[in-house]
Amino acid sequence: MDFNTAEELLEICKKENKPISEIMRLREIIYGESNADEVDAKMKKSLEIMRASAHKPLTEVVKSIGGMIGGEASKLEKRRAEGLSICGNVLTKALIYSQAVLEVNASMGVIVAAPTAGSAGVLPAVLFSLEEEFALSEETLLKGLFTAGAIGCLLMKNASVSGAEAGCQAEIGSAAAMASAAAVEMMGGTPEQCFDAASITLSNMLGLVCDPIAGLVEMPCQSRNAAGASNALTSAEMALAGVKAAVPFTEMSDVMYRVGKGLPAELRETALGGCAATPTGCALKCKIFGGCS
Amino acid sequence: MAFISVFEVIGPNMVGPSSSHTAGAASIARLAWRMLHNPIKSVHFTLYGSFARTYQGHGTDRALLGGMMGFKTDDIRIRDSFEIAKKEGIEFSFTANTVETDVHPNTVDMEIEDVTGRKLNVRGESIGGGKVRLTRIDGVKVLFTGEYHSLIVVHKDHPGVIANVTTVLSKCKVNIAYLRVYRENKGGIAYMIIESDEEITAKTVEEIEKNPFVKDTMLIRR
Repeated sequence: MDFNTAEELLEICKKENKPISEIMRLREIIYGESNADEVDAKMKKSLEIMRASAHKPLTEVVKSIGGMIGGEASKLEKRRAEGLSICGNVLTKALIYSQAVLEVNASMGVIVAAPTAGSAGVLPAVLFSLEEEFALSEETLLKGLFTAGAIGCLLMKNASVSGAEAGCQAEIGSAAAMASAAAVEMMGGTPEQCFDAASITLSNMLGLVCDPIAGLVEMPCQSRNAAGASNALTSAEMALAGVKAAVPFTEMSDVMYRVGKGLPAELRETALGGCAATPTGCALKCKIFGGCS
Repeated sequence: MAFISVFEVIGPNMVGPSSSHTAGAASIARLAWRMLHNPIKSVHFTLYGSFARTYQGHGTDRALLGGMMGFKTDDIRIRDSFEIAKKEGIEFSFTANTVETDVHPNTVDMEIEDVTGRKLNVRGESIGGGKVRLTRIDGVKVLFTGEYHSLIVVHKDHPGVIANVTTVLSKCKVNIAYLRVYRENKGGIAYMIIESDEEITAKTVEEIEKNPFVKDTMLIRR
């Protein structure tokens, strides 16, 4: 039941006539440390934490440690509630939830790393936006989490999900690939379409650098989570329509890793390049940590 | 290739903002706390590398102190760990060492004393995604993750000690997953780290402690 590549996983799905989510769940029960009930309970707990973190900043003010972010989700929700949104409800709600989770994260609130803390907004954003707009059940959302887990697992094994190792494309790019596959399965797509969506997402976020201002998980991480969520929805829509990925997932994940390794150190979470090294980025760092003349 | 659990991808559940600098820090300190079995009286942390440069912005300090009181990565009390520790009468301090560079980027040394007066010095490293390892105990280089039921046996480097310990474990039906031995120098103090799938009971530990060359033991439940 275990797999090392997308091809192996698709083969198992075909043989067992089961979606990716169910194969991933069975794999956990067979090889993991927990039995079926424990696995299901643990995933439900993860979903609950995600739900709380995606909604909290809409009802109370959360303050980030660095003070660079806060209130973004509320601003977006206000505009949406007034009927002014130009993106429509699915995308706008995804943007809102992605911002909310990063606000909670930056304020030392409880989140689920998916796959990392800095990219934790993407998956909940896609799950809860689709849940509300298409009246999806909790069961369907849990399936989405297992499918996302399968994609993330392959990326962890064969590429990287670490910004320090392979840039933001490996963190938020991976989170978006996971979320796009989850969206496809939740909306009735096939396992092949899940991988098409994940591959399109990776290619669309290829090369994205990790350049946190002042080294903190605030800016530009927060708005990049919005970009990740919208990329995920875009690719899911394309894959569900039958658009194929130009490059298969396995090759795309290899390429993402190679591109990541090729990024200069300044653009891999060292806060020495990109947005962090702009005059504004440097000034914000001085303001937060002091020590500048 | 090692099995990657779905909960390593969708997880850990954690207090933000960083899996390596916050969740990892809490796990390192909690692992040290699990070795002691008693509340701590005082702790001094020395931070290296990225930990030393960015610890305040990532709440690394609060996470470390929280872990030292047994808080898990998703325990919201981590946020208020300074206040809680003060209330409990725990003495704590932090030093940032930015001079030493020959260390893993996210490294912390912990000098701990528990309420019984027992002292422990350990070094921990946060290696990404919330995963951690301890790499030094009282100055001796070791490698230990706490992911298994574990027993650390501190003993004199002497012929037959390892055989004696493994015999006791075998009699107690403990299957050893990993066994590693580290020593200061020949005939000096050695550390035997046993990791097992089954829980190691206090009775088994008592049996091991009967060996005159065994100086100390630390049992760490998963």
